[in-house]
Amino acid sequence: MGGPLTGLLPGLEIIRKDFPILERRLSGDLPLVYLDSANTSQKPQCVIDAMVDHLERHNANVARAMHQLGAESSAAFEDARDKVAGFLNAPSREEVIFTKNASEALNLVANTMAWAGPLEVKAGDRVVITEMEHHSNIVPWQLLTERKGAELRWFGLTDDGQLDLSNIDELITPRTKVVAVTWVSNMLGTINPIAEIARRAHEVGAVVVVDASQAAPQLPVDVQAVDADFLAFTGHKVTGPTGIGVLWGKGDLLRQLPPFLGGGEMIATVSMERSTYADLPHRFEAGTPPIIEAVGLGAAVDYLIEIGLENIHRHEQAITGYLLDGLATVGGVTVMGPTDPTQRGGAVSFEIAGVHPHDVAQTLDARGIAVRAGHHCAKPAHKRYGVQSSTRASSYLYTTPGEIDALVEGLNYTKNYFKVA
Amino acid sequence: MDLDSLYQEIILDHYRSPHHAGLREPFEAEVHHVNPTCGDEVTLRIHLEGEPGSETVGDVSYDAEGCSISQAAASVMADLVIGQPVSKAMETHQAFVELMHGRGKVEPDEQVLEDGIAFAGVAKFPARIKCALLSWMAFKDATAQVVSKEDS
Repeated sequence: MGGPLTGLLPGLEIIRKDFPILERRLSGDLPLVYLDSANTSQKPQCVIDAMVDHLERHNANVARAMHQLGAESSAAFEDARDKVAGFLNAPSREEVIFTKNASEALNLVANTMAWAGPLEVKAGDRVVITEMEHHSNIVPWQLLTERKGAELRWFGLTDDGQLDLSNIDELITPRTKVVAVTWVSNMLGTINPIAEIARRAHEVGAVVVVDASQAAPQLPVDVQAVDADFLAFTGHKVTGPTGIGVLWGKGDLLRQLPPFLGGGEMIATVSMERSTYADLPHRFEAGTPPIIEAVGLGAAVDYLIEIGLENIHRHEQAITGYLLDGLATVGGVTVMGPTDPTQRGGAVSFEIAGVHPHDVAQTLDARGIAVRAGHHCAKPAHKRYGVQSSTRASSYLYTTPGEIDALVEGLNYTKNYFKVA
Repeated sequence: MDLDSLYQEIILDHYRSPHHAGLREPFEAEVHHVNPTCGDEVTLRIHLEGEPGSETVGDVSYDAEGCSISQAAASVMADLVIGQPVSKAMETHQAFVELMHGRGKVEPDEQVLEDGIAFAGVAKFPARIKCALLSWMAFKDATAQVVSKEDS
């Protein structure tokens, strides 16, 4: 496969030492080969330490504790918001809303757009999504359009795993109120032309909602450069903890949405008859927020920024190219999605003729190799390509070419085990 | 992780050459079950024969899409229940469910489960238990639908 790989992160072996779990030995004293990072990423020591330090030294509720620990905890929580705003190049820190995960962030938008207000989706309006969305960017829009008598339409996919934009003029019309699209597909790996779609959507006054769950870990995400209106991602895929996600939205649009969940923290004042609501971001953060998780997420985005998202993207492209080359050497493997590593992210879904993905994943697991098997919460995209499920190998900034070699060897072993030629 | 304890030769044999596969007539009930986590699916038809209350399983036919464990389980299940009184088929179902939920500590009875004892190893792989149970649950559901139709 030619000369040495270019584009790998310099000091990869040192970077790997940041992730304690990569030292794990699995059953049979096998080293862990973790190729399931699109599912969840592993966590560097600095994220773990930041969370433990907060628990050990600063733990208190935020914004409602009139004592020193409360002030420290509030400062740490709000500091995390600043870090995330920087990570997204958001014009204002107030536009960063902490949620439970990306699904909740997308549901927040889809639910509040059902309610009376300037952005309300009404009967006869149209919401446009794509066939490559994760279920979390499909189901909330199905619920919204069903409730409101609005119309749900979607961009189809081309045979080579790209969005089919040939009928964009037919789909995005003055009736279109929302265009919701993933930046990077979690199944096909496709990187979508968000800025171009946003430009077309804005021409008709539609709101652009971007699912950046797979983009945020591996690409520089600049909400102003792509001109998104709302953008969601989750903490646990960007080396942060579970239990925290982010909704970013343009301030003037967020202010036009009615409150989502009611409760503590999101109010200005409450009487028994009615309440008035806090300004951004607290308007959308009812109840005690995920404080420790926010601190962890802040440390995580700091970590990614220090390594550099451009560098991580280059590393992912190098590893993905090496993975695609490796898969091509295994007979009977069909890759879904773009085969040009410069056109895609680091999640590669594939089929092996004659072996079901479950059995592939099980056989790889017996060799210490962790991949995902199933529909990856993207059933419509699987159906589009006539497959029920697939095996997905997904790399990240800590993935080595040696781990890809182990996968390829494991796949050959799998074929042998199930006696397919 | 001992792969061979999961993928017994009997299981792989049933996977490669499943028994009673395909959808047939006649049937009194047809059900469609899915495993939502992985997408495995089975469409299963049941045909009962004899007097209500003392029926036997005349035929089980199915169209299953899934992994080796789920495919083999459908094949073994059809072998075990076709021709049996419904009451005995339900006992076999129960024995198989108990084996699957036994965390590898239940000793299977070969008299009852025949080739089904090969699935004993599956119980030690929690992620795969649902694969083995998919067609059994479909069978139970379809049979219950026919019996309840007769009762009403």
